[in-house]
Amino acid sequence: MLPAATDYYRLLPEILAAVFGTIVMLLEPFLRREHKAALSWLGMLGAAAALGAAVLVRSDAGPAFFHLIQADPFTFFLRLLIYATALLVMLAARAYLDRENLPHGEFYALVLLGSVGMGVMAAAAELVTVFIGLEISSLSTYILASYRREALRANESALKYFLLGSFATAFFLFGVALVYGATGTARLEQVAEGVASVLLLKLGLALVFIGLAFKVASAPFHVWTPDVYEGAPAPVTALLSTAPKAAAFAVLLRIAGTVLPATLLWFWVLWGSAALTMFVGNLAALVQSNVKRMLAYSSIAHAGYILVALAAGTEAAYAAALYYLAAYALMKLGAFTLVAHLAGRGERRLTLEDYAGLARREPVVAATLSLYLLSLLGLPLTAGFLGKFYVFVAGLRAELLGLVVLAAVNTLLGAYYYLRVILYMYFREPDPTYEHAAREPVPAGTGLVLAATAAGTLLLGIFPGHLMRIAELAAASFR
Amino acid sequence: MLLLEHLWILLALPLAGAAANGLFGRHWSKRTVDAVAVGASGLAFAAALELWREFAQLTAAELPWVRSYFSWIVAGEFRADFALQVDQLTLVMVLVVTGVSWLIHIYSTGYMAGDAGYARFFAYLNLFLFFMLLLVMAANYPLLFVGWEGVGLSSYLLIGFWFLRKSAADAGKKAFIVNRIGDFGFLLGIFLLYWTFSAADFRSVFAAVRQMPVETEAGVLTAIGLLLLAGAVGKSAQLPLYVWLPDAMEGPTPVSALIHAATMVTAGVYVVARSAVIFVHAPLAQDAVAVIGCLTAVYAATIGLVQTDIKRVLAYSTISQLGYMFLACGVGAFAAGIFHLMTHAFFKALLFLAAGSVIHALGGEQDIRRMGGLRRKIPWTYGTMLVATLAIAGAPLFSGFFSKDAILFAAYASGQQLLWGLGTLGAVLTAFYMFRLIFLVFHGQPRFDEQAVHVHESPRVMTVPLVVLAVLSVVGGWLAAPKLWGGADLLERFLTPVLEAPAWLAAFPAEELHALELRLSGAAVLAAALGFLAAWWLYLQQPEKPAMLAARYAAPYRLLWNKYYVDELYAAAVVRPLLWLSERVLWQKVDVAVIDGAANGAAHTARRLGDQLRRMQSGNARSYAAWVIVGAAIVTAALVWWVQ
Repeated sequence: MLPAATDYYRLLPEILAAVFGTIVMLLEPFLRREHKAALSWLGMLGAAAALGAAVLVRSDAGPAFFHLIQADPFTFFLRLLIYATALLVMLAARAYLDRENLPHGEFYALVLLGSVGMGVMAAAAELVTVFIGLEISSLSTYILASYRREALRANESALKYFLLGSFATAFFLFGVALVYGATGTARLEQVAEGVASVLLLKLGLALVFIGLAFKVASAPFHVWTPDVYEGAPAPVTALLSTAPKAAAFAVLLRIAGTVLPATLLWFWVLWGSAALTMFVGNLAALVQSNVKRMLAYSSIAHAGYILVALAAGTEAAYAAALYYLAAYALMKLGAFTLVAHLAGRGERRLTLEDYAGLARREPVVAATLSLYLLSLLGLPLTAGFLGKFYVFVAGLRAELLGLVVLAAVNTLLGAYYYLRVILYMYFREPDPTYEHAAREPVPAGTGLVLAATAAGTLLLGIFPGHLMRIAELAAASFR
Repeated sequence: MLLLEHLWILLALPLAGAAANGLFGRHWSKRTVDAVAVGASGLAFAAALELWREFAQLTAAELPWVRSYFSWIVAGEFRADFALQVDQLTLVMVLVVTGVSWLIHIYSTGYMAGDAGYARFFAYLNLFLFFMLLLVMAANYPLLFVGWEGVGLSSYLLIGFWFLRKSAADAGKKAFIVNRIGDFGFLLGIFLLYWTFSAADFRSVFAAVRQMPVETEAGVLTAIGLLLLAGAVGKSAQLPLYVWLPDAMEGPTPVSALIHAATMVTAGVYVVARSAVIFVHAPLAQDAVAVIGCLTAVYAATIGLVQTDIKRVLAYSTISQLGYMFLACGVGAFAAGIFHLMTHAFFKALLFLAAGSVIHALGGEQDIRRMGGLRRKIPWTYGTMLVATLAIAGAPLFSGFFSKDAILFAAYASGQQLLWGLGTLGAVLTAFYMFRLIFLVFHGQPRFDEQAVHVHESPRVMTVPLVVLAVLSVVGGWLAAPKLWGGADLLERFLTPVLEAPAWLAAFPAEELHALELRLSGAAVLAAALGFLAAWWLYLQQPEKPAMLAARYAAPYRLLWNKYYVDELYAAAVVRPLLWLSERVLWQKVDVAVIDGAANGAAHTARRLGDQLRRMQSGNARSYAAWVIVGAAIVTAALVWWVQ
């Protein structure tokens, strides 16, 4: 039995991204050094093609490859998120790679191939397929994290990422094996018929959860995150904190949404992990003086809010989680892109002191960063506020009053450190030595990314309806 | 009916002003910046007047007038539109906010002249006006919350405006964070509202509440009321969340006048009055409003007695006056609360602007111990400030007399004699600290170096708004003067359709009511006179006495001087433990010690892995791995054994 044409069609976005990724990689050795930057166009074209294909495939939802893959509105939502993120990361990376004197071709190829893996994770309806996607995506991101080969710190953190990541993948794989042992299948629809009280299934689902919890950086499996986010090149951090996390959340959501035993079993673990993740992320962020590291902790905290929605476990909650993922991706992409730009060559300027008086040197840049920070903080009229609002409402609807109160307390804590960055930018005198630091104009690609993410942050805050409807449709896929 | 159909115009004007000055103001001359900022706020005021004219033509059936522009949040059956609303309460607020704001914009063109961040200042000020109008015009709670957070943000930006002073930046942050505590309650209140009524717009919510019985025991309405109150307490600087307002005085004085006296801080009162139906149906929550308001009124007044910074005296006075407004709402006299909100907007804005003029005249001096004898040197400032002082102290026929009387009368008539007694004590204190301020600043001998300081009256752009506000501080009260004094009680009748009339009012026969009103007014005048005489005797007749008294009663004096040590208490009980947890526990212990420690104790494989890693200079990866194993063990154990 061979796959039919529709099977390939339903996987078209991933196929296109893989093809473009491969072409970029193959072309790279044949281009002269000064032309290699042009590969970014090809890479972005690949991401755009994948986006287009995702929209195309949307009208033809259904299973593919013998139910290993499921192209449904849920997959559509995540494909949009993943490939749009890849596109923006590549758009902003070009100037960064030029500045840091890093090779171009591999970067775009790796981003594309990594997003293939994430796309597969989002589309997978079977656990071994999830694992394949996870590996494809992880291997690319491991290399990307060590992309600054000369930087000691980047290498160290990439190695940690690799070791701990493999560790977590092993958990996941072992879990899959146990689930298979318990139910005789790895297809989620069939696993759903398993009995939650069987020890083997319990163990299997526990290990699957741990593997994924590592990928979404939720406590207590978050320990790798600050080091890796801090050490990786900033555009890679922008990618790491958004797309792979969204893909891992997609798997969590799909399992929680379709596999009833998992929904039941995971509830308290999700509850506890959500609470712990929010507190660990926010409390640790309070004392950071390195902005990149602070944002890393803030990423952890945000994963906690999304876990609140998962714990709520209703369709509205899943829609809220998806909305949150999109809103979160916008602000984090924007923030890390800006951090990458402001850090300057070699990423030296990362501390709060370096941001002192920024508002006077570069008012537009400072205002943009403030927008992201206010959105992360959850101020109304920004995407971040509505993300929290939807999650909290869904949590209350599911009668998780305690958890929602904890989440609300955490938004208070968050206010402190986001505001501190704004405080430095607007209310502090710049260190006189930085006045002489050459003001680098914002490169065109970076500027476009900033404009897009800032506009998105505002638009999603004022007109959230459209995206929310797509998210609701996506969440309805699990019925 | 241009404005009624297009309510958004009112919001668009200041927003456009903020955007223009924020984006291009740096490149413009002062005149252009002035024209844009004053123009935007002036047009907003004109629009508010036009709105009033159009509003008068509406019939009662058409109220509240709601215009929905687009659907903002839609999630399942939850729905919140970007919808604006006009009714009597909104109209009063819009007129007060735009009117006072316009005067303060004009004043600021003089006060802020020459400041490096001139355009930025006006951009923030316009932005504030936008959010404040959004707050009072919103037709549902979520949109109100947008304005609510927005004014908080602009206030934060304006408090920290002089960022070279570290204290200013810190004060801004303090204001924002303390407010977030209240906002947290407010947001929970909105959630609970939606939870209960499946709606969050005023019309549906209030209609639903009217169908419910009055809660004699704590129920869901009580909970909603208390949560909304938590937000109001934060924004309106009531006990126990008042601590940010005195520090907020670090901002430029026009900001203190506009945001921290006349408008933003009254948003809490507005929300309580707006939610009058809810509070009337939840007497327990309403009692809490009254008690908090009354305690704050007296508490803040006592601190105001001994402060020496001219703006801080006024700040504590604001907290105290806001307490009176809460007291009014708490005893069911919502209209009286809004009346006092309006008169207070006039005379307190005036007090701050006049104080700014004094500071300006003395070249930045704010300590009243180094003032004195300014009466003849800056006569306009003196005259107008005296008018405002008479108004706030409750001198007969001045605006504050009518509005404070209405509140104290309501407190007494509702049967809360104790609250009335405390409120009257507060009135004595108010008259005392205000006249103490006047005497120390304007009378007696100058206590500053007259050679070094060239005292000068402020320019016309600053004194004209003072005079306008002084006129309003007198006549503003006549609008709502009760029949007893020959007034027509206009404001209260105007507001009655929106704000429930107090239940106890019906119980009184008319003659008895008048007799009571007369007696209570007499008591209030006596209270004011007592405060005035005490200040006059202590600070004009026996100027050496205050120091002697302070020395004799050192302990209570120090207590007041240090503001009951509440800041210190909060620092010790809340702020330091949190930072300690973050720094010592999560940073040093968990990041470093616990994870390392876990590695030493647990997970043999991880250790071996770690040893190899160490050679690669990768310090704590092994401890991370150990941490993952510990976590994994916990999660697995939880799933396998605990969860059934």
